[in-house]
Amino acid sequence: MIYEVSNTAIIIFLFIVGLVLGLSFYFARKTKSAENYFAAGGKIHWAVNGIAFAGDYLSAASFLGICGMIAYSGYDGFLYSIGYLAGWVVALFLVAEPLKKLGKYTFTDALDARFNSKYIKLTASLSTLIVSIFYLIPQMVGAGDLVVPLLGLPHWMGVVIVGSIVIFIVATAGMTSTTYVQFIKGALLVIFSTILTIYILQNGLNLNPSDNYHKFAQTEAIVTSDTIVNVSDPSYLVKATKVVDKMVFVKLEKNGSDCWYKLNTKDGKSTLDEMVDITVTSEGEKLYNGAPQSEKKFYQVGHLSKIIVDGKEVDKSGPLGPFEFLKTIENSEIVRFSKKTFTDGNNKITVWYQNITKGNDVVRPGLLYKLTKAVGATFWDKLNFLSLMLALFLGTSALPHILIRYYTVSSPRAARKSTIVAIAAIGFFYVLTLYMGLGSMINGVIDVESSNMSAPLLAKSFGVGIFSIISAIAFATVLGTVSGLIVASSGAIAHDFIDKFLQVKMTDKAKVKAGKISAICVGLFAILLGIFFKGMNVSFLVGLAFAVAASANLPAILFLLFWKKTTAKGIASSIIVGIVSSIGLILFSPTMYDKFGLPPHTAPIPLDNPGIISIPLAVITIVVVSLLTQKDNATKNFTK
Amino acid sequence: MLHEPSEQSGPDNASEKKAKLGVIMFFIYTIVYAGFVFIGLSKPELMGLKSLGGLNIAILYGFGLIALAIIMGFIYNYFCTKLEDKMNNNEPQK
Repeated sequence: MIYEVSNTAIIIFLFIVGLVLGLSFYFARKTKSAENYFAAGGKIHWAVNGIAFAGDYLSAASFLGICGMIAYSGYDGFLYSIGYLAGWVVALFLVAEPLKKLGKYTFTDALDARFNSKYIKLTASLSTLIVSIFYLIPQMVGAGDLVVPLLGLPHWMGVVIVGSIVIFIVATAGMTSTTYVQFIKGALLVIFSTILTIYILQNGLNLNPSDNYHKFAQTEAIVTSDTIVNVSDPSYLVKATKVVDKMVFVKLEKNGSDCWYKLNTKDGKSTLDEMVDITVTSEGEKLYNGAPQSEKKFYQVGHLSKIIVDGKEVDKSGPLGPFEFLKTIENSEIVRFSKKTFTDGNNKITVWYQNITKGNDVVRPGLLYKLTKAVGATFWDKLNFLSLMLALFLGTSALPHILIRYYTVSSPRAARKSTIVAIAAIGFFYVLTLYMGLGSMINGVIDVESSNMSAPLLAKSFGVGIFSIISAIAFATVLGTVSGLIVASSGAIAHDFIDKFLQVKMTDKAKVKAGKISAICVGLFAILLGIFFKGMNVSFLVGLAFAVAASANLPAILFLLFWKKTTAKGIASSIIVGIVSSIGLILFSPTMYDKFGLPPHTAPIPLDNPGIISIPLAVITIVVVSLLTQKDNATKNFTK
Repeated sequence: MLHEPSEQSGPDNASEKKAKLGVIMFFIYTIVYAGFVFIGLSKPELMGLKSLGGLNIAILYGFGLIALAIIMGFIYNYFCTKLEDKMNNNEPQK
């Protein structure tokens, strides 16, 4: 996609990002003088801390990923909102207070508090590092996506910019994302998402999303056999016909340029309907709707084909209340753009065809995760859905950078209260994601190349001002989350691994230096991954991070807290089995096969979300190994 | 590595009861959440059925799960605070 870059947008964006960075440095410098960097945390009101939690948690995945997924696949994207929030229930009711009572500073320390085991130190630091890196990938991808329409820069540059800024911050000022910065970001994100939702409701539903929305061409087709198609309009020339998964795609030439159309037959009448397409020629040239990118023949999509209000078909609904909005969508008909890829000679073709979808199907699960027999749901499809819901539920309370936050508040009571504020703020925001996602779906703003930009592009359709502010907040959120994750990773390397596991004697200065070098290495690695994973939905990627965390860490945490027979070797082996099985399943999943350039259906494991297999495996491991190594515990005294 | 508690809290006599309450509330929420997943797996067509106020089950249940998490959070906090005040002989705090 090619975007018009607005100077106002750049100025507002730079101002907000500068403000956030300035605040980060200001607080970092202020807290440096204190004896203890995080002592200030104890003086912070629990309500402020709660919103800061929300700022921390509502990363690129929530705002960019979920909204994008809803814009593409309706309610199935909202499943992530439900699961992400439900995860907080596990954190609040089971993990927060007991874990805080262990009185340690990192996830590894907490797990190891009773055992002082080398195995736990090694495996837990490894798992912190791996989960943090998995979580970093979507943040970097999101950052790259953001700069494309905003600053007119290529995706990789966005990844490099975020990576460089964060490495600079972490390597010079330490952990800059202070509670106040996270608080401001969290609050701004919720406020401006509310404003965006009000815009969506005021705008209502409209058959014509905007004056400059592309009018999709349709021409009458003459079908002589299943694959031979002609056109009655003489201005078109049929150049090729392709049958892909029982769909017929036809290449037509008009005014010297080639475009792909889809054959549709309704009530005995056949038509060819315009699609959007990208052709990659054998020479590597990329053509958008048959023309180079600079000709701007590629456009944003997503519209309604029928609006029903009070049983009558209308052109537009006018302003709607929050529930009326959902009900009206349910009764209407939406044109989504679904992707297919095939080859035409030496050219690689990707088309997005108009997929008329009943509103009723958009506001219930099933478009992404096939669930009913009517759409051919298999055992694996259902398992995929179950696996996702399980990993989201169990993942939050196993994320090292979220667990660490419990140690920054003054008392268990304050921790509990701030968690509840966080749940309320995050819950409210997640309700808004449904409106922002559906709003993007019907307002002609979707960039088919990147689902992640749906919500910011929707904001753009309402004005450059709100677009710039929302993009800047999203970008600042990425910055904050990335620095937090990099600090967590460097902590795992320098503190848990080098200091505690290898027991390398280091001065304080050397330890900080080791931490900074680790931060730079992790940052550089994250930049490379961010570029590699371009184009993937960030919420899907975070879902994988949750699966790895839920498999590697959660059984260890819960068994440590609630089963007295748990042993150090049990914990360590469960973490290893959790990591290896979840990552192994991800690497051999259809989505990754697609990413490697292999046909997805040839993937050995037809499951995109690994949790349903890897979590039980980790649980079985901890039980079996703990029972086999009971004599280790006999020599320890666990009276505390 | 840079996170440290600013103050160590004293012994908490209420911790066992709070943990029990947490486990009970966790199971209640898990049952409701599992109900949602179960409908999705076994009777997905139910999700599209209209219910209260003309909204379908999927929307109502989804919003309901979010609201329930918030409400249960407040209830949990209320009882935990009460238990702490009672069992630790604390003056009720704000």
